[in-house]
Amino acid sequence: MTQAQETALEIRGLRTEFRIGGQWYPAVRDLSLSVAKNETLAIVGESGSGKSVTALSILRLLPQAGARIGAGEIRFDGRNLAQLSEREMSDVRGNSIAMIFQEPMTSLNPTMTVGEQIAEAITIHRKVSRAEAMAEALHLLKEVKIPSAESRLHDYPHQFSGGMRQRVMIAMALACRPKVLLADEPTTALDVTIQAQVLMQLDELKEAYGMSVLFITHNLGVVAQIADRVAVMYAGEIVELAAVDALFAQPTHPYTEALLRAMPRVDRATENLEPIPGGVPAVTAMPPGCAYAPRCPYRQPSCEKDRPELVPLDDTGHLVRCPVRLAKGRG
Amino acid sequence: MAGAVSTSPARPGGLWLAFSKNRLSWVGLVLLAAIILVAIFAPFIAPHDPLEQNIVVRLEPPSAEYLLGTDSYGRDVLSRLIYGTRISLTVGFIAILIAMTIGSTIGILAGYVGGLFDQIVMGLLDVMLSFPTLLLGLMIAAMLGASLENLIIAIAITEIAPFARIARAPTIALKQRDFVEAGRALGFGPVRIMGVHILPNMISDVVVMGSLWMASAIRTEASLSFIGLGVPPPTATWGSMIREGFENILDAWWLAVFPSLAILLTVLALNLLGDALRDAIDPKLRAE
Repeated sequence: MTQAQETALEIRGLRTEFRIGGQWYPAVRDLSLSVAKNETLAIVGESGSGKSVTALSILRLLPQAGARIGAGEIRFDGRNLAQLSEREMSDVRGNSIAMIFQEPMTSLNPTMTVGEQIAEAITIHRKVSRAEAMAEALHLLKEVKIPSAESRLHDYPHQFSGGMRQRVMIAMALACRPKVLLADEPTTALDVTIQAQVLMQLDELKEAYGMSVLFITHNLGVVAQIADRVAVMYAGEIVELAAVDALFAQPTHPYTEALLRAMPRVDRATENLEPIPGGVPAVTAMPPGCAYAPRCPYRQPSCEKDRPELVPLDDTGHLVRCPVRLAKGRG
Repeated sequence: MAGAVSTSPARPGGLWLAFSKNRLSWVGLVLLAAIILVAIFAPFIAPHDPLEQNIVVRLEPPSAEYLLGTDSYGRDVLSRLIYGTRISLTVGFIAILIAMTIGSTIGILAGYVGGLFDQIVMGLLDVMLSFPTLLLGLMIAAMLGASLENLIIAIAITEIAPFARIARAPTIALKQRDFVEAGRALGFGPVRIMGVHILPNMISDVVVMGSLWMASAIRTEASLSFIGLGVPPPTATWGSMIREGFENILDAWWLAVFPSLAILLTVLALNLLGDALRDAIDPKLRAE
């Protein structure tokens, strides 16, 4: 990935905290990443690694009580989203940064037709008449390849299948031609065949609209299909960040390596799947050193004391948070 | 977990099916329709002028000329009863409409905003709820003075708190739903989310309770009229007719009995209808 590309969204030192028993614990720790224009950056990690919290932090959609952005900047369009007022923020949401959610079955309002819902997303940010908005909604439905869009425009969500609803959600997200699209596991709830179709379509739309996509998933197969770069998250921090080819060819952090070994592949027998022993530490009980150390086979005594930094492995922008592996790679 | 949480509200088609399967709901519906028709066509149905006094025929028992007898001023009880339907339905309907609008607005706001605001507002409404409806209505009506408008206002105020309670609970459930979060991610403001995305998903619960509580509003109207805090005479209302009849209950039973029956039938119709609607909407009560 060339560095010369224009940055669409940049996160610097983000820390998102949750209040548990009267104390603030970070669920996302010191997270920095940038998404270039037209780029798809995938964030992978297991449940509880802070992927979704990162996306919700960008749009400031965290629950009002008990969650806050403790530190860091979210630079977008020359502004720091973390400091915008709620009113300015609603102007960004859905307009220049849009989000699609995991659960298409429940993400649409059951009492409104899909056409009305897409049109609503348009009229809220653009000064257009209802008729114009409906015409645009029809255009969007066609663009996400809903068959016989003219008649389906006036259908209710319950008349759509899961894959079709997710397309409607994508149409709503694209309604205002956002610069950045946050996709939070958009295909997890779908069948594998539908999943492939939706992914392909997202990729085409990204090209057509010139969007940047932040794609959150726990599915490495999806990552390989759609991403330009990958950030691997573990326990609220990025442990490895690399171009997608580099990550699959040269997984450097022990966690990335373990993730890849735990992934079923067509060309290998499933008996060779290796589960990762142990679990993610709770946010209330983070070890002082490397968060992955308790599960790591390459653990050194120093790993349990000092928190490792995210440092470049080479000059291609491949970053790794593991001094043990770095020393080996260089030496 | 695709589709595991498909708790969308009953759709019109299914609702109608569940409603029409219940035989009692038809009784309620037909009864209420008849009462509404009587109210609308009162001038055509009533055999006499409800206000025309005729001292010669005072306190006549039911006869061919005066089907339900006459009162102490010689007025036709049947005609007064028919015109009284208008007052009862108007008061019940408008009072409930006002209470429903204000109550649901408060309930949705409290449920959506939550926190301290919710606690304070609902606490205040709990204080209102702790007064018996009639006592509260009596206090307000006495404060405002007796007139049709004041009667409506008094009854409306007594019904605000229950509506707020009914509206708040589904709001709290709905604001957690994915489509509300998706709406926020699209930049919808709180007013739009409450009005366009939460209200339509819970309005059926509120309307159903509205039909039930309209019965209680009509009872309150009758009670307030009975103790003289309702619509001033000589306008015919069921409550004031019962009061007048009460004074002569021993020698003219028809004066109190027929308006009582009218109230009974109306309240019964509304209760049957409300129960049937609630059963049709509530998935827990719906058999299959």
